[in-house]
Amino acid sequence: MNDPIIIAKDINKVLGSGAGQVHALKNVNLSLRGGEVTMLMGPSGSGKTTLLSVLGCMLAPTSGTVQVCGVASEGANAEQLAKLRREHIGFVFQTYHLFPTMSAVENVQLALDVRGLCGRIARAKAHDALEKVGLAHKLCSYPLELSGGEQQRVAIARAIVSDPSAILADEPTGALDGCNGQAIMSILATIAADSDRSVLVVTHDSRLTSFADRIIFIEDGRLVDEQVGNARAPKRRTAALAGH
Amino acid sequence: MPLNLILATRNLFYDRLRFVATMIGIVFSVVLVMVQMGLYLGFGQMVTTVIDHTSTDLWVMRHGTKCFEDPSLLSANKQTRVAAIAGVAETIPLVIGFSGWILPSGEITPVFVVGSDLQTLQPWNVTEGTVQALSAPGAVAVDRSYFERLGVSGIGSKANIRGHNVSVAAVTDGIRSFTTTPYIFSDLSHARTYIGIPSTMASYLLVKLRPGANLDDVRHELQASLPDSEVLTSAEFRERSRLYWLFGTGAGAALFAGAILGIIVGTVIVGQTLYSSTKDHLDEFATLRAMGSSRGYIYSVIIYQALLNAVIGFGLATLIGFAVVRLTMNGALPVLITPTLILAMLVLTMIMCVVSALAAIFRVLRVDPVMVFTR
Ligand SMILES: Nc1ncnc2c1ncn2[C@@H]1O[C@H](COP(=O)(O)OP(=O)(O)OP(=O)(O)O)[C@@H](O)[C@H]1O
Ligand SMILES: [Mg+2]
Repeated sequence: MNDPIIIAKDINKVLGSGAGQVHALKNVNLSLRGGEVTMLMGPSGSGKTTLLSVLGCMLAPTSGTVQVCGVASEGANAEQLAKLRREHIGFVFQTYHLFPTMSAVENVQLALDVRGLCGRIARAKAHDALEKVGLAHKLCSYPLELSGGEQQRVAIARAIVSDPSAILADEPTGALDGCNGQAIMSILATIAADSDRSVLVVTHDSRLTSFADRIIFIEDGRLVDEQVGNARAPKRRTAALAGH
Repeated sequence: MPLNLILATRNLFYDRLRFVATMIGIVFSVVLVMVQMGLYLGFGQMVTTVIDHTSTDLWVMRHGTKCFEDPSLLSANKQTRVAAIAGVAETIPLVIGFSGWILPSGEITPVFVVGSDLQTLQPWNVTEGTVQALSAPGAVAVDRSYFERLGVSGIGSKANIRGHNVSVAAVTDGIRSFTTTPYIFSDLSHARTYIGIPSTMASYLLVKLRPGANLDDVRHELQASLPDSEVLTSAEFRERSRLYWLFGTGAGAALFAGAILGIIVGTVIVGQTLYSSTKDHLDEFATLRAMGSSRGYIYSVIIYQALLNAVIGFGLATLIGFAVVRLTMNGALPVLITPTLILAMLVLTMIMCVVSALAAIFRVLRVDPVMVFTR
């Protein structure tokens, strides 16, 4: 089994203040390994997004530690957290969050630009990433000219183009129909298998569990159960190893 | 083109209406400031134009003379004392003063008479007649732009100054006075009679040095031998006149106040539109932040937007500025736009736009990347 990429220990997160205070995460322990798709499921309000934010260094935990690729996020300020995200993490959101005034390839390039990589190399990498998600023919299309599924594929290309160690996706198929959802999940699963990246997917859709190596259940801020995902996992991993 | 600049450009042009509003704000403010400063420069140049056209090394004047138009007089017999000082080549009296120009119809209009030796100070831009012709009795030079006011039509036109018959012997083009009182050039002795100054008095003594004479030495000696007079170089006298008219009278302060008002209005308008644009694109800034972009990168997008506003607005404003220059070129007070002013305006516009970006930057400073999950 690959080394853990993200390790979370004894995470507690309290959100809000005063009467509206919510203990969103309670003593969460979790590690995400490379080459593995982890699915996070649970009822609405159970803390999935909060956990994803903490693991992705967007939110600092109230207590507990998060380690990303060996670097602890403890005590980091906003700028240092941004650096951790920049170096190790790619995000995919339910509502895509593409830049409406930028073409598909520019949207993807932007992820490289914030990392200081620009010019022809960046453009070539953006092309490759869009090709991986099957959008080589839509490089110059603007988000409004793309379907929801296509927009989400651009968002995935944007998340993978900088070669992050972990991809965290919050309900990436939430706004898509079943068919498109399956396609997106399949892309994410392939990314995990082919490149030893760790992929965490928050979802409500139990039809997607066939893509998961592990399924973690969260309820009221606590991890309550963990299941092994489908049987294809070992086969995929062997294929990935054979590729080395 | 760098991607953050592309993003800034697209954000800017995305909302056309807001862009137009921003441009109107910037152009209004920059044109206002530019015209005020152009007036300031034009005025500053105009008040010293006679000094600029006088070829002398030193000016001797009554102590406390505020500006070229100051009617203080000094005794012309100082001329002999001045001439005795080593290093002085020549001393030429200059008289100036207001007088009344009597039109053929009998009406009187005020004029400003300038009289000297017709070499040290002679009317410039002569388009008709000659400077030499001014040595004839009653010969004067007038500017074409005052023909109507003076009731003349060109060379040979007759009139009367304080009871003395005069005739136009030279016509100039573009010697306009900021006081709007026409300049009348004549030779020294006639000028005295037109103004009513006795021949023992003069407004200034113009001192020319011998080649090789040390200006400072001569000046000190002059000053020592003429304790009740002041001795200034042309540059000093120009500066004194300029400062008097610009600041002694408050005219310059008024122009500056207008310019500062323009800067404030511009900053507020740009700041307002940039802030609302940033608010509209907050989602995108949060996304950038979630993607791990540094604060600096996000600021660069906002600053680029501000600078784009500045450059485009400045370009439009400069075009309008040049139109104003053309329109006022022959007016009583021309707006003067120099390359230095243009450069200063560009820098000022950029500073103004960047300062106006501060509100937007403070807003984006508070953006929480977590919001990308909830929107
Ligand atoms: N900023 C906040 N202030 C206070 N409470 C918050 C805040 N954000 C989230 N919460 C609360 O924290 C809890 C967990 O929220 P979270 O968004 O993680 O749930 P979730 O599992 O992602 O839900 P969903 O499936 O609906 O997206 C909820 O009870 C929510 O109301
Ligand atoms: Mg959620």
